[in-house]
Amino acid sequence: MNGTTLPTPDSPDLNQTLDHLFRHEAGKMVAVLTRLFGFPNMQQAEDIVQDTILKALESWKYGKMPENPQAWLYYTAKNKVIDLIRRQQVRHKIEHELSFLLTSEYSLVPTINEIFTENEIRDSQLRMMFACCHPSFSKESQIALTLNTLCGLNVREIADAFLTSEETIRKRMYRTKEKLRSEKITLDYPGVEAMAERMEAVLKTLYLLFNEGYHSSHPEKLIREDLCAEAMRLTLLLTENRKTDLPYASALLALMCFQSSRFNARIDDQGLIILLKDQDRTQWNRQLIAKGNQYLNLAASGEMLHEYHIEAAIASIHANSVDYGDTDWKLILQLYNLLLEKVYNPVVALNRCLVIGETDGYASAIIELQKMEGMEENRLYNTSLGEMHLKNGEKIIARTYFEKALSRTLSAAERKLINAKISLCN
Amino acid sequence: MYLIRGGDNAGLSAEDMQVHMQKWMAWMESLGKKGIFVAGEPLDFTGKQVSGKNKTVTDGPFLEAKEMVGGYLIILANDIQEAVEISKGCPVFEMNGKLEIRPIQKMNL
Repeated sequence: MNGTTLPTPDSPDLNQTLDHLFRHEAGKMVAVLTRLFGFPNMQQAEDIVQDTILKALESWKYGKMPENPQAWLYYTAKNKVIDLIRRQQVRHKIEHELSFLLTSEYSLVPTINEIFTENEIRDSQLRMMFACCHPSFSKESQIALTLNTLCGLNVREIADAFLTSEETIRKRMYRTKEKLRSEKITLDYPGVEAMAERMEAVLKTLYLLFNEGYHSSHPEKLIREDLCAEAMRLTLLLTENRKTDLPYASALLALMCFQSSRFNARIDDQGLIILLKDQDRTQWNRQLIAKGNQYLNLAASGEMLHEYHIEAAIASIHANSVDYGDTDWKLILQLYNLLLEKVYNPVVALNRCLVIGETDGYASAIIELQKMEGMEENRLYNTSLGEMHLKNGEKIIARTYFEKALSRTLSAAERKLINAKISLCN
Repeated sequence: MYLIRGGDNAGLSAEDMQVHMQKWMAWMESLGKKGIFVAGEPLDFTGKQVSGKNKTVTDGPFLEAKEMVGGYLIILANDIQEAVEISKGCPVFEMNGKLEIRPIQKMNL
């Protein structure tokens, strides 16, 4: 019913949508109803959804769950909408191709039923995704809006996820929703010409959302896992639709599968980061790696080589190597060179230097690192230099770099890791 | 009989509501396992009121949601103290709700 589901790091068999039924269905229903009422009237859609979920809570809590909870929610939401339309409270607000169908009792109920069918729900979610990533919003706003409307997170939950105050998110959402009204953003797919550019924006938002979950120092593993799972769920949705199933969307999904396959192996019980080299590879999620390989194959079509292709290819080499020594570092180095040619990114450049350590020796890596400019204050840069010197047997120099990195690090997990490194320098 | 009133649901996220519901499910299940659950139903928030000699019919209880009886439970307890103790496990309190405990009268002939 929900199409393909991806295995999650912790529960490869369990369909996560069951875990977060209310949240996911809220996201779907907001998308459907916003499409009906129009983006400027999103509040109306949100109110109906809130009422529907509240009603479910009140009715189900005495121990009787309906056999098909999803159908129950849709039925209840539909009735609320039909009731509102009959009472003429919203009809004047509805301005699009559906509006005339809602004026007659002959077509009202069938039309509402139609927008709640599985295909139309997916379609509404995709339209919503494009609207949330409208170029007039900042990247931060795009992410917050996506989490709010498509993933069913409220302001407090978004603030929690980004370790910021509710007030900050509330203001950001307010400004975004104001703009949404003033710019008259509609829930339509971008035209053929604008599609490529908007697709970039959508994928970038999902990429950042995933990274926020994967790389952030958020103390709660569950929250980080949720962000990754949401990003993957929405990317999956893109790959399942003909209009949006571009090879680089599959590449991004492959990348996410490979990365999340290591989710549990890269942090130990004390929240300490475990480096790739030291990870227990039996803990890597094989199902996710298989999915990653599958999507990477699907991504290998068309003329365009996107950054996501290259990043996914690098991740796939790691995921499919038996152990650290078995890794094809020469190929990885070539891919890094390719990636840097496409777009310069200091973190990618830094990682490339570490790869050189594996292909040409640590001394060469140090020379490459020292060629980089403007990175003297960067904690990752200093950690990397420390690591290369330590591996090269220069403990005293290594220590100075680690100490410099430590003074620029806030995250507890990273501090622990760097402290462990410093103790190796004695 | 437990008459369960309201609880403040304002500002809850979908996930909060799901978590709250799961607590209810767990509590109901525990009553069932102890063999003390008799009956329980949610009540719709709509309704009619018929009152007085004139049998005047009015719409709904029209109370504020937090004052309204949202549902009832009938459980088996040896005495009112025990019923009070059992009720303390009810998740409605987490939402600042109220629970009224009324023994069902025995009609002894």
